[in-house]
Amino acid sequence: MQQYKSLTGISRRDLLSLIGVTAGSAVMYQAMTSLGFAAESGYKGRIKLEGDPKGASVLILGAGLAGMTAALELRQAGYKVQILEFNKRAGGRNWTIRGGDTVTELGGATQKCEFDEGMYINPGPWRIPYHHNGLLDYCKRLGVQLEPFQQINHNAFLHNSNAFGGKPQRMRDIKTDFQGHVAELLGKVTQKGKLEGDVSKEDQEILLEALKSWGALDKDYAYAKGAVSAEFRGYEKDPGGGLGAAPIPGEPIGLSDILKSGLWGSLANFGLYEFHTTMFQPVGGMGKIGEAFAKQVGDLITYNAKITKIEQGEKGVTVTYEDTSNPGTVQTASADWCVCTIPLTILSQIDIQVGAAMKTAISAVPYASSVKVGLQFKRRFWEEDDLIFGGISYTNLPITQISYPSTSFNTTGKGVLLGCYTWNGPNSYEFTAMSPEERVKRAVEYGSQIHPQYKDEFETGISWAWHRSPFTLGCAGDWTDEAREQHYDNLCQIDGRIVLAGEHASYIPGWQEGAILSSLNAIERLHKRVLQA
Amino acid sequence: MTIQTKRPLGLIAATALFTAFTAAGALADSAGATFSDGEKFSQKTGEALYSNLCQACHMNEGQGAVGAGHYPALAKNENLESSGYPVYIVLHGQKGMPPVGEMMSDEQVAAVVNYVRTHFGNDYKDEVTVEDVAGAR
Repeated sequence: MQQYKSLTGISRRDLLSLIGVTAGSAVMYQAMTSLGFAAESGYKGRIKLEGDPKGASVLILGAGLAGMTAALELRQAGYKVQILEFNKRAGGRNWTIRGGDTVTELGGATQKCEFDEGMYINPGPWRIPYHHNGLLDYCKRLGVQLEPFQQINHNAFLHNSNAFGGKPQRMRDIKTDFQGHVAELLGKVTQKGKLEGDVSKEDQEILLEALKSWGALDKDYAYAKGAVSAEFRGYEKDPGGGLGAAPIPGEPIGLSDILKSGLWGSLANFGLYEFHTTMFQPVGGMGKIGEAFAKQVGDLITYNAKITKIEQGEKGVTVTYEDTSNPGTVQTASADWCVCTIPLTILSQIDIQVGAAMKTAISAVPYASSVKVGLQFKRRFWEEDDLIFGGISYTNLPITQISYPSTSFNTTGKGVLLGCYTWNGPNSYEFTAMSPEERVKRAVEYGSQIHPQYKDEFETGISWAWHRSPFTLGCAGDWTDEAREQHYDNLCQIDGRIVLAGEHASYIPGWQEGAILSSLNAIERLHKRVLQA
Repeated sequence: MTIQTKRPLGLIAATALFTAFTAAGALADSAGATFSDGEKFSQKTGEALYSNLCQACHMNEGQGAVGAGHYPALAKNENLESSGYPVYIVLHGQKGMPPVGEMMSDEQVAAVVNYVRTHFGNDYKDEVTVEDVAGAR
């Protein structure tokens, strides 16, 4: 549809370069924003909370990214701030498990991470899209060093245990061959004049040329084994130097085989906006972001605080909590206002004094299931043997995918793979229902169907099932369109002296950007309310 | 309500599209744990469904669990007396609990509800029927 337009009329980009030439860059930026470029996640730049809050106090519940963003900005704006946190660490789901760490899940199973120094797994968020500008801005401000996260790797595998005899296929073969066959088919239809009425005569000629270029077609508009297709899909024998070095093109996989294999299903990963390059990860683990926030606001946090009651009245908010390091001790904290970032799974069980609409909204959002398994191997066989440097292989096996580390490329020594990452669906629950050790064992068994090297090279693993996470009881808010329509605004409204924030109060659930944008929006509205009061 | 897709975390993967190409039935294993194929649970008996699904949160003996919030114990749970209640919760979810019954047939929902209502110290003899479940969807 869009290509259509840019062929028949003036394209957006042409229009922009015209504006840029005639009117200068400030006008161009304005035009870009109104045409949908440049404005990305909804982040409007550094928040400005102007006006004197006159010593007003805010109690923040939860020291995840939403809570710590609120704390950082509100303190800067002149508020007295205090944070209560259930865990004995800050960060919430922004978290990295490293060698030596001990983790305990609901039900009591405890794992000690035996990874070597420098090895880690991010049980929660693990990648940052370039358009999550809010999160990126905080990384910049807080000095969190980023590096590229490899999302797409043409040389990673696509695997279906019931296709191609269970043999993993290279993503570049499936992608190039699928695209080539489709281009050839569309070329045939075009040449037969079947597009009359939809595409003008002149455009049909352009389309044919475009298909040739896009689908790696030969001079006869055919997708076939040969020099042209090999330039896209790679070779059976790569070009070399000296004698006997001539390249040998590979044989494309037939369209019918690709269609029946279902492997084309994973090609959407090349298209999804959330996966567009460039993606990032913090050097040393995603948890570096939470740690950087905690350096700023750590002095405001009371840890091991299990909240049991949230009351509000004319004058302020009072929160009752138990100090879990000293079981049975009931304490209270009070403030003029409250920013509550507690996950809805937990908040829906807490006695909270808000109106019926918000209360119903709090109880209306189920939480997604997700499981991750990290596996340490003696050597980086995926690089040494398979030439896979970062990126993700996708499979129909219960582990769903294998992600390769985006750091320390081409080095000798060990590495940690994300050996399983489920999101909803039966397998995610089935993995959750297992003991942590069993999950690791299964991840190794299944993964070895794709990488037989697993059996010899595996050393140690660790798993995290989000429905067994004591501080979230689930992974992320799993909104339906219907629930959003009915409850989202009620969830986000300020109720008296209380406002909610977190990924669950955003249109980007499960992403850290959602937590940050939700928090900034909440405190902006709260600040206005305070100045009015 | 509908089951949420894998979209929220951009986790497209290959799963949904592979469903048609995988053999029916669960992949059994020595430990009794099983993995389903596709987007529906493959386990048939109440016991198998419990230990591969419900146990994820309510734990192996129905004892529930406590963290910042809690998963209620299903063991000796008087809320199970009225059979319509657990059927409704399994089908439609409850607060943070997802509507897991959307990934099960009516037979499976009946089987797992009947299992829980007659185990873990519960002894409710009136059986839930497939029709009861169909009517509550």
